[in-house]
Amino acid sequence: MSQKSFVWLCLLPLAVVTTAFFLLPMARLVVAGAEGPHGIAGYLAILTEGRYRATLINTVLLAAATTVVTLIVATIAGMFLQRHRFPGRAVLIAMLTFPLAFPGVVVGFMIILLAGRQGLIGDLSNRIFGEKFVFAYSIYGLFLGYLYFSIPRVILTIMAAVQKLDVGLEEAARSLGASPWAVQRDVVLPALAPAFVASGAIAFATAMGAFGTAFTLATNIDVLPMLIYTEFTLAANFATSAALSVGLGLITWLILALARTFSGSAVAAAG
Amino acid sequence: MSTAGHGAAVRIESCGKTFADGTRALDPATLDIARGETLVLLGPSGCGKTTMLRIIAGLELPDAGGKVLFDGKDMTSVPIERRNVGMVFQSYALFPNMTVADNIAYGLKIRGVARSERAARVAELVTLTNITGLENRRIDQLSGGQRQRVALARAVAIRPGILLLDEPLTALDAALRDRLRSELNRLLRALGITTIYVTHDQAEAMELGDRIVVMRKGAIAQIGTPREVYFAPKDRFVAEFIGAANIIEGPIENGVMLLPGGRLPVEGGATTATATVMIRPETIRVVDAGAGLLSATVDSVSFIGDRQRIVVSGASGKPLNVDAPNSIQAKVGDRIGLAIAPGAVRLLPSEP
Repeated sequence: MSQKSFVWLCLLPLAVVTTAFFLLPMARLVVAGAEGPHGIAGYLAILTEGRYRATLINTVLLAAATTVVTLIVATIAGMFLQRHRFPGRAVLIAMLTFPLAFPGVVVGFMIILLAGRQGLIGDLSNRIFGEKFVFAYSIYGLFLGYLYFSIPRVILTIMAAVQKLDVGLEEAARSLGASPWAVQRDVVLPALAPAFVASGAIAFATAMGAFGTAFTLATNIDVLPMLIYTEFTLAANFATSAALSVGLGLITWLILALARTFSGSAVAAAG
Repeated sequence: MSTAGHGAAVRIESCGKTFADGTRALDPATLDIARGETLVLLGPSGCGKTTMLRIIAGLELPDAGGKVLFDGKDMTSVPIERRNVGMVFQSYALFPNMTVADNIAYGLKIRGVARSERAARVAELVTLTNITGLENRRIDQLSGGQRQRVALARAVAIRPGILLLDEPLTALDAALRDRLRSELNRLLRALGITTIYVTHDQAEAMELGDRIVVMRKGAIAQIGTPREVYFAPKDRFVAEFIGAANIIEGPIENGVMLLPGGRLPVEGGATTATATVMIRPETIRVVDAGAGLLSATVDSVSFIGDRQRIVVSGASGKPLNVDAPNSIQAKVGDRIGLAIAPGAVRLLPSEP
């Protein structure tokens, strides 16, 4: 057996698994999307049909908002946690990263406990203002859930990046007259850019596709995964749900690819 | 030169530094640095030289009671960004997200200097530091020596009152280090900025320093010109740290040290049972056996090129190093005499 055929033989299990569990279902999904009453035009419905388009925009906006807010919160927290030593620091980090262990359903349940009809926020606002604030079952509750879900992952990435930061860079900028704000803007944030892109992409992809949290909160939240679910199970509309699935996958992939291209150049610029 | 003569005089007054964990990095020290002077802080690692530099820079606060003054003005509580100091770091700390020109112009940009003026200043500095043509390079496209020049150009671009250099040549290989050292020397003289230079390399200290502060274990061991610390070291540590030194111990009677190889006159030597003296290897001359002050036997001869290092025994309790001209013929086992000029024998305080 030649060296080359041996290598191919070793790759065989991977090829089998990829074909069986990835290529075939994907192909089937793409075909199914075009098997509706409108044929291949079923894909266009994602963009032309008002309800689908609104949901798509909603989902992208929600994911984008989650990513931006997560990055802001996690960068400040991560930088502080990496740069300061104080009693209880280890416990705090453990608590902040604890949600990593939770499935989406549990996160959804926690949001209900916080902002649901019997929730803590509703209770408090009822006592103070005489009115219950309830937002768990809306896109705001979902936003909070995704935030809770994404922050730990991003914090850990940012902390690792901050640890690798050369303190000399900040000292050099200060010696040249840069105020603390200018140091952050000109030195620290550019140096962390690759970490922002990498962890932001994960937060975005998670928020685009997470289903458990949305499903726990309500079945009528306008996000793509919920729409796919209702089209599939309630309306038995296989073609549309398949088309939506392919669309969701494509959009997420596209944005991740863009982020990767950008981070590639950012990494190169950061030397 | 447009940048000449804008240095500030520096005074640090009983500045000590104790870190949060209780380690004492620097004993309270007082030091005056004249306007335009180049002062070298020299010592082994952990001697407190970098801590002193960082206190002057404003990156560390001295312990209570310590004061830092620039031109008589108390700067102790002024943060580094308002001290107008230029700093060169051992790692250079160049901004990787900026080009060479943007790095050099950064301090000017922060100060709100107009774009055209910044460009003119960058052009002036790349010429001064010999990096013309690299303005649009990224930092990761530069060699170590080029980075060092960019770091220096960036530090002096803001026309600082004081230039602080923290082991700026340590990261370079030996040949480049020697070349950049003389280039740096020329540049510092031309700029006329008050310069404080931290190094553990005594050759750097000798060439660059108007004065050298030798430091040891968080305290100042000696302050003096390169000649003073070399020829008149205050103690055994300074003698051994700067250049090569033979340290000889023995009893002194009436100004003469009694050694196995003969009698060695010691200037200012009071009668005592144990005294310590220092003799530089190049001040000992090899003469015929029987001549000279001490007699000795050749242990080894190393030919170095411009000179030879001869190790002799029998003259004192320990072998002595002698730097002899390369023309002298000496073989292992030869009996020789050693002639030593009276001023070359330096009495050191005995240490506990």
